[in-house]
Amino acid sequence: MPGILQDKDRIFTNLYGFKDPYLEGAKQRGAWNATGDILSCGRDWIITNMKNSGLRGRGGAGFNTGLKWSFMPKTVTEGRPHYLVVNADESEPGTCKDREIMRHDPHLFIEGCLIASFAMQAHACYIYIRGEYVREREVMERAVAEAYAAKLIGEDNDFGYPFHLYIHHGGGAYICGEETALLESLEGKKGQPRLKPPFPAGAGLYGCPTTVNNVESIAVVGTILRRGADWFAGFGRPNNTGTKLMCVSGHVNKPCNVEEAMSIPLKQLLEEHCGGVRGGWSNLKAVIPGGSSVPMIPIEQCETALMDFDSLRDLKSGLGTAAVIVMDRSTDLIRAISRISYFYKHESCGQCTPCREGTGWMWRVMERMANGQAEMREIDMLLEVTTQVEGHTICALGDAAAWPIQGLFRHFRPEVEARISSYRTGKPHVQGAALLAAE
Amino acid sequence: MPTAKVNGQEVEFEPGMTVLQVAELAGEEIPRFCYHERLSIAGNCRMCLVEVKPGPPKPQASCALPAADKQEIFTNTPMVKKAREGVMEFLLINHPLDCPICDQGGECDLQDEAMGYGRDDSRYVENKRAVEDKFLGPLIKTQMNRCIQCTRCVRLSTEIAGVSEMGMISRGEDAEITSYLEEALTSELSGNLADVCPVGALTHKPWAYNYRPWELKKTESIDVMDALGSAIRVDAKGSQVMRILPRVNEDINEEWISDKTRYVPDGLIRQRLDRPFIRVAGKLKPATWAEAFAAVAGKLRATAADRIGVIAGDLQDAESMKAAMDLFASLGVKSLDCRQDGAKLGRGPRESWLFNTTIAGIEGLDRLLLIGTNPRREAPLLNARIRKAWLKGKLNVGLIGEAADLRYGFDYLGAGPASLSKLVEGEGEFFKDGKAVGIVVGQGALARSDGAAVLNLAARCASTFGGTLNVLHTAAARVGGLDMGFLPRSGGRDVAGMLKGDMDVVVLLGADEIDTSALGRAFVVYVGSHGDAGANRADVILPGAAYVEKSGIYVNTEGRVQIANRATFPKGEAKEDWAIFRALSEHLGAKLPYDSLEQLRAKLMADHPTFGQVDYVAGTSRPAPGFAGFGEAGALSDAPFSNPLTDFYLTNPIARASVTMAECSSSLAASHQRLEAAE
Repeated sequence: MPGILQDKDRIFTNLYGFKDPYLEGAKQRGAWNATGDILSCGRDWIITNMKNSGLRGRGGAGFNTGLKWSFMPKTVTEGRPHYLVVNADESEPGTCKDREIMRHDPHLFIEGCLIASFAMQAHACYIYIRGEYVREREVMERAVAEAYAAKLIGEDNDFGYPFHLYIHHGGGAYICGEETALLESLEGKKGQPRLKPPFPAGAGLYGCPTTVNNVESIAVVGTILRRGADWFAGFGRPNNTGTKLMCVSGHVNKPCNVEEAMSIPLKQLLEEHCGGVRGGWSNLKAVIPGGSSVPMIPIEQCETALMDFDSLRDLKSGLGTAAVIVMDRSTDLIRAISRISYFYKHESCGQCTPCREGTGWMWRVMERMANGQAEMREIDMLLEVTTQVEGHTICALGDAAAWPIQGLFRHFRPEVEARISSYRTGKPHVQGAALLAAE
Repeated sequence: MPTAKVNGQEVEFEPGMTVLQVAELAGEEIPRFCYHERLSIAGNCRMCLVEVKPGPPKPQASCALPAADKQEIFTNTPMVKKAREGVMEFLLINHPLDCPICDQGGECDLQDEAMGYGRDDSRYVENKRAVEDKFLGPLIKTQMNRCIQCTRCVRLSTEIAGVSEMGMISRGEDAEITSYLEEALTSELSGNLADVCPVGALTHKPWAYNYRPWELKKTESIDVMDALGSAIRVDAKGSQVMRILPRVNEDINEEWISDKTRYVPDGLIRQRLDRPFIRVAGKLKPATWAEAFAAVAGKLRATAADRIGVIAGDLQDAESMKAAMDLFASLGVKSLDCRQDGAKLGRGPRESWLFNTTIAGIEGLDRLLLIGTNPRREAPLLNARIRKAWLKGKLNVGLIGEAADLRYGFDYLGAGPASLSKLVEGEGEFFKDGKAVGIVVGQGALARSDGAAVLNLAARCASTFGGTLNVLHTAAARVGGLDMGFLPRSGGRDVAGMLKGDMDVVVLLGADEIDTSALGRAFVVYVGSHGDAGANRADVILPGAAYVEKSGIYVNTEGRVQIANRATFPKGEAKEDWAIFRALSEHLGAKLPYDSLEQLRAKLMADHPTFGQVDYVAGTSRPAPGFAGFGEAGALSDAPFSNPLTDFYLTNPIARASVTMAECSSSLAASHQRLEAAE
């Protein structure tokens, strides 16, 4: 059997959609099993177990989920209900894990919503689904209707905890995946991130205490509590525990989504699950290990990298959403990063200055560098611009736009220099930017 | 009190302050574009970044960060400097380099901060962004290439003006500020948009390309376009007033002014009376002062005192009314009146014609009843203050009279005096649980035959519910006139009496809002600055000074005495109004006992001590219980209250002479119609 994780330990047993995703099939696979018993153990038990499981948020930031839940007020104030909002606005390029959960295991997800809402005393939960996920929304709506009909959720459900689940279909903006922009959008406003503080746990949706979680973080809750925190904590390295859906795309022989144990070596993931890199391992050039917003790592680092938060952070990259984008030697890395820069320029909300102005600037310079139409000194200027954006914005989109460029130059600067030089070869009068300005 | 250290210097601060405010307490200026102390916090320009300890290892937006006890704030570290320089560079890459032709040049926040944080060259070699200019009506000119998306204008129009007509469309670098369907803004406060705009994206359309800020002589003065007496700064180039800007006065206008106040200066150069005129064979002919005085004095001497009437207009300073009153009283004239609109005010205690709650005091109320008034038209800044209090959620507003769009929610309680009577008798729930009640009576309820009875009823209402009674005036001169008793002496006639058509001489002191056709065969002397209705009917015109051309005392609707300053000199041969009466008094052989404005003021303050209390307002010290002398009980008419001002932009002779005001009046009316048709 390839990989580390055994079939018996998989949470998402219908990840590939070979079985019935709806209530009957889901119940056979264990969903909604002993849910009432879990709820009867009480809120503190649930939150303590979630903390002990070591589950770190699966949306990319990697904050301990149980700890996040514990930030919610302990008592509900009159007129300020608690809310759980699930972020299903999965728009990070390369990431497609939440999509599979919603398509094929919606009941695990709905059950997780109920348990998480119960733990945080929320009687209403909103699922904000990405605008492009039309089929996923249809599956979710059907599954939610089933759950209502089976009295698993609803005002007078079998568990005796009034709970309503609402599905909201977004408009398809990447920024609405940022938790506070998502709340704004959910409230019917323009999707622009809010200033923090106040954090959503204090004043979130409609000004009420709110927790925003990723789909995967919520969908694993039921299974973790059924099988025990220790079981989940038994996978991966300390502080990076559990199993994780990984989405591998790009130049591998068999791109796939796979649930694996955390801390699996990157090389093992690619070799055993994805049929290896196209043309053999030595044909590998670089990997973006966590979705388009994290810096790439070159082949040398891929040899040793583990798929977890700490290992990749030490390599100045990040686990992000564990969306591995593999690029072999045929890849024009500069063009690839330029395309990513275009994406961030296109998706910037325009609220705060560094991101609004910086993303466009970075993209334009990257675009010229991809052609070689730039000057050597512009490389350092571009890197300085990335640092002027990074850390100076309201939300993390500025950082996300800066990091891929920094990753490119950290490992492949000579390649860009060669591109610029070769463009100039035989063109003695070319002066990069000056030429462009004249055109 | 909590303390924080700003660059090592310890300061105490009030809980709830932001890091930016604490830094300012310590004397550290923080550059900012989007932050405005009277608007909500957007935190989007990122210029105010500072370093705080304890905190994350990256700079924080100080405008939005609550200060914490024992916090260390650094505003001058390399990290802060680099962050601000970065933001400044980003702001400038797409900002056009058109400062030399930009009206904001010289008073531009971006220009100023660029001196501190800008680079001396540009590293941005791509093409700059081009943004289409937007149409925002006749007052605000847009140059959207210059916009830095700070959203101050959006927040001002939404929060202060209460019109949600501006917003940001698109996203990222394509984001643009625009108005709804690019229609003219329907606010009376739209000029403030250009004030809060930190760059030259929104500038004042009527003044475009007319001046450079450093060429202007700035004079602090008082506005007379409504009865609030807003604090203004009059900027003049040579003999011409180029613009009027607000000054901060927390008690009245905070830092906003209405569009009429701001854009009226072009009315100061049109229709001006710059020399005396005498009507000869039906036509006004230019004359010398001596001829004009001789004509007036001759006519006055030949007329019995009880056949002479004097009407003071809406824009008069107290000194000129005092001089006129002293002169004509010494001649035995009994028919004096300062109430052009015929409001039944002026016979009780002083509180019976004042806004006793005070403007700032509105924020402390929880019930406010408006009777026969539309504050949005009559006093836009009072309306903004009511809205501010209403937004805080404590204030319930009720309205009796013409329903109108006031930009806040109110309970409509009826149309006429009958509804008020019912309320006084305890019907309805409006005053239930009200702890701080204010009653505002407008001129629409007082300028009618049963005005005194309505005032009395309103006073009973205030006394029943333990509230204060307020009179909202529409004219800057009114309270001053009432305070000095510019009213008919016993046996004299009021304005309506003088307009019966049987007076022999009527002196109009800037009075243009009367029906001049009802003056009959009277010999009309017009003293004033503009050729409007009064001058048109006059037999002799004695040219006076407009409000920016003289130092004058005005008493606002609260009873606050304020002194306006002279920014320019009267036009042509025109004189300051008080001096005209002083000169006329010599021609009549009844010399007034003052030779200078100082002496006149001394006499005014001696005769009427309230005028000596400059900038003082008695405020909420309530008059005696029972409100004795507030109007008089009487029969109430069934007629509903109607609002006195039909067109906000054209209420006085200066505004009627202004091209800008005329444009506003027509374009906004047209825009309203188009929007209604579209909906």
